[in-house]
Amino acid sequence: MTAATLTFDDLPEGILAIEMSGDWLLGSSLPAAESLLARIGATPGPQSISFSTDSLGDWDTGLVKVLIAIQRAAEARGIELDQSGLPDGAQRLVALAFAVEEREGARRIIKRKGIFEQVGTATLAALDDLKKLLTFTGELMLSVGRYARGKATYLRSDVLQYCQEAGVEALPIVSLISFLIGMIFAFVGVMQLNMFGAGIFTANLVAVAMVREMAAIMTAIMMAGRTGAAYAAQIGTMKVNEEVDALTTLGMNPIDFLVTPRIIALVIMMPLLTMYSSLMGILGGMAVGLSMLDVTLVQYVQQTIDAVGLNALFGGLFKSVVYGSLVALAGCQQGMACGNSALAVGQSTTKAVVMGIVLIVVSAAVLTVIYINLGI
Amino acid sequence: MSNDAHIVVRDLTMAYGSFLIQKDLSFTVNRSDIFIIMGGSGCGKSTLLKVMIGLKSPSTGDVCYDGKAFWSAGESEQEATKRKFGTLFQSGALWSSMTLAENIGLALKQYTDLGDAEIREVAAYKLMLVGLAGFEDYYPNEISGGMKKRAGLARAMALDPEILFFDEPSAGLDPISAKLLDDLIIELRESLGTTVVIVTHELASIFAIGNNSVFLDPVTKTQLATGDPKKLRDHHENYVVRNFLLRGEAEEKAA
Repeated sequence: MTAATLTFDDLPEGILAIEMSGDWLLGSSLPAAESLLARIGATPGPQSISFSTDSLGDWDTGLVKVLIAIQRAAEARGIELDQSGLPDGAQRLVALAFAVEEREGARRIIKRKGIFEQVGTATLAALDDLKKLLTFTGELMLSVGRYARGKATYLRSDVLQYCQEAGVEALPIVSLISFLIGMIFAFVGVMQLNMFGAGIFTANLVAVAMVREMAAIMTAIMMAGRTGAAYAAQIGTMKVNEEVDALTTLGMNPIDFLVTPRIIALVIMMPLLTMYSSLMGILGGMAVGLSMLDVTLVQYVQQTIDAVGLNALFGGLFKSVVYGSLVALAGCQQGMACGNSALAVGQSTTKAVVMGIVLIVVSAAVLTVIYINLGI
Repeated sequence: MSNDAHIVVRDLTMAYGSFLIQKDLSFTVNRSDIFIIMGGSGCGKSTLLKVMIGLKSPSTGDVCYDGKAFWSAGESEQEATKRKFGTLFQSGALWSSMTLAENIGLALKQYTDLGDAEIREVAAYKLMLVGLAGFEDYYPNEISGGMKKRAGLARAMALDPEILFFDEPSAGLDPISAKLLDDLIIELRESLGTTVVIVTHELASIFAIGNNSVFLDPVTKTQLATGDPKKLRDHHENYVVRNFLLRGEAEEKAA
């Protein structure tokens, strides 16, 4: 490979002769064209430019790039360009590059935003998100009304399918996490309560904590990561593929068809999963309690039964219904609000999980205050 | 234009598991050919393209580039060969998280020593070639389907490939845009001497730009003909081939 060279010379009659030789390949060290471009832009400028490329070797984009810069500079000064000395292919490529004029106003000017503008934009975006969530909730309420009146179009098999996905298929992970949570509670309980000889109350600690709070909240967080994210990704991808538009054109309400069945499924499955999670947690606690405390199985079970009232159970189940509907709401809302690219699907999924967990925690706090005031 | 063999497909058989797609394919693509892979829907055109660009391995047989077998070569040789390809996927397959300039610049950044400013300059030039001057900072979801296709072509050309592969380039384009794309393909072949391989069943563009072809048949699951599509249409002895190229209006007679 021979090194690329670029020389130019002022000939009589205002002709600027440019000579190019060697291999002009992208990525090899190409000669800088700045001095040449400066010459073209200088006064008095040349009348015309000619090329000689007799000893030009291989060339690719590296050459054409420079030719385009030369042509731009020449056009700006109204200088005639004689390209006959260039290789045939290079002439055609330059012509092709200038064949379509740049569309007016297409080019973007990227300007940096100041800190105030950024904060302002972010605040407006957050308010807009909140408004969208409320609008979506409203639409969902209307859809639930249509379901109640039997006027909604949906597939019953879809609801069962979603129940299967959100419920039965979540059993392994719910079992594992709940069992371990129960064990952790029991360890803490045994250590602390044994200090004043109240080891048996570990059963109370585990049972009350699981049934009243932890089963619902842990299951909800698992559902946010598992099902809420799946809802956002499924509906988001359907939006990208225009499947949602296809439903609308058929006169089907996408909320009725896609969103409400999913929410119904999660609202049905969440209390069931929560009950199951409580049971697994109590079993986990029992495994630890029986091995570390000097109690019998019957004693432990009796202690658990005495500890958990019906109020606590229903309180926990009500929470799970609230959490489940919020997780499903966040997932579906983010899915329906998804932009139209692969990237947007990922962003919606992330947002769905974050929003789901935030909603869970906020509603948990609110519900706890209400429960305390009601004395449940 | 030199007329030596650039791509040679030898005794190629493709299958998904035990499901046979095509068998005994053998044809040659010469340097600077515009080579058409044609056939009815579902005959395995796109699968053949996947085998040629190294996305799917064949059951038997091989594809040779410049006389070197691709599938029996080691991984590093395969990578080196693949760098000579540019591929335009059916719907552009632009990366949605990047602007058009970044889409084009990714390969340049990876495989050349160019600086950021130079990469941007090259990207701007490639976009000029496909008629998208000034669209460097647009994201793929902000431009139309036809523009995505042209931007995809600009990306395929980023590394000045020796071979350009097209999967259904005119699908989803209006006739004028399709014609412009055809003209662009011819122009690139003329000016750069690029070998072009196109999967298509658009008869208009097959005759307008193709000078060599292979015809795949979904019934016999093998190639029925190879050669200049115009000659195949006028003179080929097989009725199926003529019928396809005449839009089902061939007369059933021995040619």
